[in-house]
Amino acid sequence: MTGSNEMPIPGTEQEQDNGRAPTGFRYIWQQLIISKTGMFGAVLVLLVVLIAIGAPLLTSHDPAAVNPLNRLKPPAWLEGGTAEYWLGTDNLGRDMWSRIVYGARVSLIVGMGAVIVSGIIGAILGLVSGFYGKWVDAVIMRVGDAFMAIPTILFMLVVMAIVGPGITTLIFVIGVTNWVPFTRVVRSEVLSIKERDFVHAARSIGAKNGRLILKHILPNILSSFIVICGMNVGTTIIMEASLSFLGLGIKPPDVSWGGMLSDGRQYVATSWWVATFPGLAITFTVLGVIFLGDWLRDVLDPRTETTQK
Amino acid sequence: MGKYVLKSLLQIIPVLFIVSLIVFILVRVTGDPVALMLPETATAEDRAVLTQALGLDQPLYTQYVKFLGSALQGDFGQSFRYNQPALELVLERLPASFELAVAAMFFAVLMAVPLGVISAVKRNTFTDLIISGISVIGKAMPNFWMGIMLILLFSVMLGVLPVSGRGGLSHLILPAFTLGVGLAAQMTRLIRSSMLEILNQDYIRTARSKGLGRMVVIVKHAFRNGLIPVVTIMSLQFTSLIGGTLITETVFSWPGLGQLLVVAVNTHDMAIVQAAVFVIAVIVVVTNILTDVAYRLLDPRIKYD
Repeated sequence: MTGSNEMPIPGTEQEQDNGRAPTGFRYIWQQLIISKTGMFGAVLVLLVVLIAIGAPLLTSHDPAAVNPLNRLKPPAWLEGGTAEYWLGTDNLGRDMWSRIVYGARVSLIVGMGAVIVSGIIGAILGLVSGFYGKWVDAVIMRVGDAFMAIPTILFMLVVMAIVGPGITTLIFVIGVTNWVPFTRVVRSEVLSIKERDFVHAARSIGAKNGRLILKHILPNILSSFIVICGMNVGTTIIMEASLSFLGLGIKPPDVSWGGMLSDGRQYVATSWWVATFPGLAITFTVLGVIFLGDWLRDVLDPRTETTQK
Repeated sequence: MGKYVLKSLLQIIPVLFIVSLIVFILVRVTGDPVALMLPETATAEDRAVLTQALGLDQPLYTQYVKFLGSALQGDFGQSFRYNQPALELVLERLPASFELAVAAMFFAVLMAVPLGVISAVKRNTFTDLIISGISVIGKAMPNFWMGIMLILLFSVMLGVLPVSGRGGLSHLILPAFTLGVGLAAQMTRLIRSSMLEILNQDYIRTARSKGLGRMVVIVKHAFRNGLIPVVTIMSLQFTSLIGGTLITETVFSWPGLGQLLVVAVNTHDMAIVQAAVFVIAVIVVVTNILTDVAYRLLDPRIKYD
């Protein structure tokens, strides 16, 4: 009995699979080599990932070690700078290089963790909303509208003030408050796919709703889902930095680039390096993520227009 | 048309109702308002008195009905930090934020319109590539960092513009530019793709073949139509512009609603937080509906139902 469902039926997804361009690692790799910006993004992201993983090997100072004697030392190439603290030190005498290296960990963990959380919520709500429609859809979408009427950063700020700082809470707060764009994308994909012939065919041979959603609809929304996830990592990294800048993100001894910027802002008149380097780190990381995300969209979702056509 | 506007206005009600529910849940259910409002040295007796005074010993739905009732009358309670009605404080700060947001919008349009149009007209050239590069970098830079860098350059090194505060035009330039850049980056990309689509339309070809000049066609025929989708998406961007004021106002110590809110959140002044979130939500929803109406007026192809 179970075997009959697996047979290729004309017009079902199996048949459409055969007409699709080849996928798999080799294909993706080929596409990455062709795209200059995609390669650039991949190199940048890989670099940040390696720095984050190899943090203890790359630094000789504890990023949280306070040393009042070494306050606000300039970078090595300026007068008064030493090779020991080659990017200088901050207002508490902590090594800037170590803090930037360890900050990469927080940035990546929060950036990806929060996207996974909102991705899961968005996928579930979007599938339910798009598939079942009617009042379920209306309720989810109106709640989404209300969420969108409050600026996301404000929402996160208020929740963080209530639950308190920390990496895990930050991941969940950013993830939970940012669910609306994910839900909307998944829902609109489901709306178009559930009317396709292969879904009707599967339903007509007796497939239950759960099977329709998981076996027939979910695999077909996967590429646009990955695309929206990829495009949101950069935004999430900036959100983490913004919250930490406002003093409501992570708490010491964890290091956040946004928190470093908030220290640096107060010393910008005398010690420019404290505010400059963490900002550069954020910009390069987000730039890499954006380029990689754009490339991913071009490869997985060819319907949308490419940035450079 | 009147019927359509009325229908749109009625949509505000359910959205604001859910917003009120979100605010209520945020402040009353997830946190302990008594602990947030009292100093850490408060005794158990103080706590009991405040709990009763706030009506927190009553069931949640009674509390919500009371909350909604006073919110509808504009009463969000007193700010314990300023000892003034919260709504009054929030409304006092609105003009400063409005001034900043309008100036930022102005900067964004000033940058994005020429850049977007040029990159569409000169598509796939070196100029286009440079403009795309600038807009991607504008998107990748956190705006608070750019604000700090602008302070470093123009206030510390060159000494031509003030570091912070609100005053004349010179105080407005840096914060407005900072807030406008992120918006400009997104608008540039939008205007480019919208213009590209229109430049391929038949009526553009007709206009060119009539012998009209290139500039006339670009400005009068293409740009006017290219602007329509941009206007809609800009209204959606309005929410993130307000979100951006939270950070930009903190960087430049701009005395607006955003700064008031950040301080209120940090000091757990929940009356202000409630009032501010509510006021912001009302502004966002009303703006979205107004742009929707304006958009339909601009584009006669859209029906009113």
